[in-house]
Amino acid sequence: MHAQAGFLTSRIEEAIGWARKYSIFQYPFVTACCGMEYMATACSHYDVDRFGAGLPRFSPRQADVLFVVGTISHKMAPILKRIYDQMAEPKWVVSFGVCTCTGGFYDNYATVMGIDTIMPVDVYIPGCPPRPEYVLDGLVKLQAKIQKQHTTGERPAPEPRPECTT
Amino acid sequence: MTAADLIQAVRGRFPDAVIGSHDYRGDATVIIHSPPLLEVARTLKQDPAFRMNFLMDLTAVDYSAFGKKPDRAFFASSGVPVRPPPQIPDPEPWPGPPSPARFALVYHFFSSLRKHRIRMEVPVEEQEAELDSLTSLWPGADWLEREVWDMFGIRFRGHGNLKRILMYEEFSGHPLRKDYPVNKRQPLLGPVN
Amino acid sequence: MDNGAGLQTREMLLNVGPAHPAMHGIIRIVTKLDGERVTDVDVEIGYLHRGFEKMSETVDYNGVIPYTDRLNYVSPLINNMGYCMAVEKLLGISVPERCHYIRVIVSEISRITDHLTCVGASAMELGAFTVFLYMIKAREYLWELVEMVTGARLTVSYCRVGGVKGDLPEGFAARCKFALQETRKVLAESHALLTRNRIFVDRMSGTGTISAEDAISYGITGPFLRATGAAYDVRKDCPYSVYDRLDFDVPVGTRGDNYDRYLVRMEEMEQSMRIIELALRDIPPGPVQTNPETGRPIPAAEMVDEGKVGNIVAIAGVRAVTDPTLEGSGKPHHPAIAADEKRVFLPSKEDTYGNIEGLMQHFKLVMHGHGIRPPKGEVYFPVEGANGELGFYIVSDGADKPYRVRVRPPCFAIMSALPKLLIGDLVADLIPTFGSVNMIGGELDR
Repeated sequence: MHAQAGFLTSRIEEAIGWARKYSIFQYPFVTACCGMEYMATACSHYDVDRFGAGLPRFSPRQADVLFVVGTISHKMAPILKRIYDQMAEPKWVVSFGVCTCTGGFYDNYATVMGIDTIMPVDVYIPGCPPRPEYVLDGLVKLQAKIQKQHTTGERPAPEPRPECTT
Repeated sequence: MTAADLIQAVRGRFPDAVIGSHDYRGDATVIIHSPPLLEVARTLKQDPAFRMNFLMDLTAVDYSAFGKKPDRAFFASSGVPVRPPPQIPDPEPWPGPPSPARFALVYHFFSSLRKHRIRMEVPVEEQEAELDSLTSLWPGADWLEREVWDMFGIRFRGHGNLKRILMYEEFSGHPLRKDYPVNKRQPLLGPVN
Repeated sequence: MDNGAGLQTREMLLNVGPAHPAMHGIIRIVTKLDGERVTDVDVEIGYLHRGFEKMSETVDYNGVIPYTDRLNYVSPLINNMGYCMAVEKLLGISVPERCHYIRVIVSEISRITDHLTCVGASAMELGAFTVFLYMIKAREYLWELVEMVTGARLTVSYCRVGGVKGDLPEGFAARCKFALQETRKVLAESHALLTRNRIFVDRMSGTGTISAEDAISYGITGPFLRATGAAYDVRKDCPYSVYDRLDFDVPVGTRGDNYDRYLVRMEEMEQSMRIIELALRDIPPGPVQTNPETGRPIPAAEMVDEGKVGNIVAIAGVRAVTDPTLEGSGKPHHPAIAADEKRVFLPSKEDTYGNIEGLMQHFKLVMHGHGIRPPKGEVYFPVEGANGELGFYIVSDGADKPYRVRVRPPCFAIMSALPKLLIGDLVADLIPTFGSVNMIGGELDR
């Protein structure tokens, strides 16, 4: 669709992307240890407000970005899914910490092995827990992704993986 | 009271209930039959000689796999068996699991008035896995007993609200039993392994 | 229902959590309300159950330490210390004097960070966002200190069975003094903002009240119990490590309400700072890192750089100096931080790489199926966690993995008393009461 878009529409899209990426309203779904580093990032020392993401919204209806912070257990998974479903488009998901990325070293009966088994994830921030600098780096990556997204909510097609030659 | 005195005092009060005792590493431990559990606990709490006002901890141990692991170590890559070094020797060895029964309930009592601790172990067989609840003596036993039920499947008589506490109702089995595989998942949504 | 004035009210169910703005931590509280008054409470936990006890049975004794970090993740060093001391009790070994002091210093730093987070978060939930920012600022100073010693901010895995990972870095005492000075400033500011603040006092005072007898019958310990007037502190009543040699006071409250808990926590931070200062004064000196022959030690990293550019002559006769905080730090540091027991603690790196005994000792400890093999037995060891008595009960069957590890989580007892605390109060009092409980999910649900 964007192939046919003219000069004006692409300029507007850029402007909207720019506006969106500096006004991230995040929903911090804080469950575990990573929450401490989330707090550290959000507070004055590392100051996530510099990136326009300083205002957490505790209602999924008002939030753009779902920060999944900390281990998700099987008991918690339906609640997380429900919150994700309640968020309005366009929405992004940041998986914060290694437990949400892959399950981490809690490979047992109680935990979900990575939240990408139950919902799509845009940015993975590894670390147990990630240092605030990692978090800011992940946030910048998310902003780049938001900038590229079309106003219609359509996501750019993922780059094709290189063919395996062996 | 020292550990030995405490054990002596409990033995003197309940000569029939106590089936074993030790003070391994200075922890006073008495092993008792399950029928007089409530009475022993009440005495420990109220008797002026003990005054155990805290029920510090209540848990269980599944002894079904005790000492059954092969005493062999392997090089991870080659599979060559190597005998591991002997255990660190113990001048005063532990007398062993409380009984041949599968489970043992472990109660830790503490007296903040007398500053002494005692551990009480109650062996339970898998078939009869049911004990008297201590909720009438310590309200804090409520959640601890629910946790033991959730994790081990041991029931408590007289507990008004014995339901799962850490796991969800849809979960079947009791994860801390030795025969529950560590990564057997029962997800509410998402892929099943 | 009749409210006395002839007006009919209706019972209302209000669900708070598990994902709720006022709940830092995931927990579900279903309250029954009559107007604004709470008549019944049902607390549901387990949303962060990660199988700590089951995982502990699958890893070796030192492998449990990273899992203990994530129990009470605001004060991980206390958990490390409690677990390691429990295993040491099982093994029947003791650690060197300096190691005891290091553990005490770092665990008191952890206690301060925990109380800062608790007070800051509960103040934030009552609207005092500034205090939260100030307290997190102080916490950053302390975390930088922790990072200097352990290499990590939060999940530190610093203690080892039979010792600690590395020695204190050079210049630690001065940095520590600076961090404590900054923390004191923050505490003074927070006192000025909160302690006599009308809104704060009105919401905290007289809410969430519990008597000492009730608290004891629920098994509540720690600052929560001390606020009711019962002065039980594991550090004083069953002293472990070197706490019996350090002079500190145990603050107690009188009424057992939220305000007393706040004051107890504020005072405990002062006392922890006092302990740190005393411990830094009394700590036995560690080895000094200078080369007696040349008097010119070079840091190992610098030496590598010199070697890369071919500058070998300049460094040929000089001893390299490794950072004392590194795992298995240099041989001179080893006796000060590790128990004298070859079957428990890894040898220093000089020995591992320098001679066959050291290499074999290293292998015997890290190889699958070998490791630390304590005798058969069971022990319970309590330490004073930030929330109360943190006890580890360990059963060993003589293998290299623990047969059973059970942790007595202090905030489990407090959470089980939550209905008792909330019933009869207004629904708005749920927030300060829950804040003063200092619920830590990792510890509550394990």
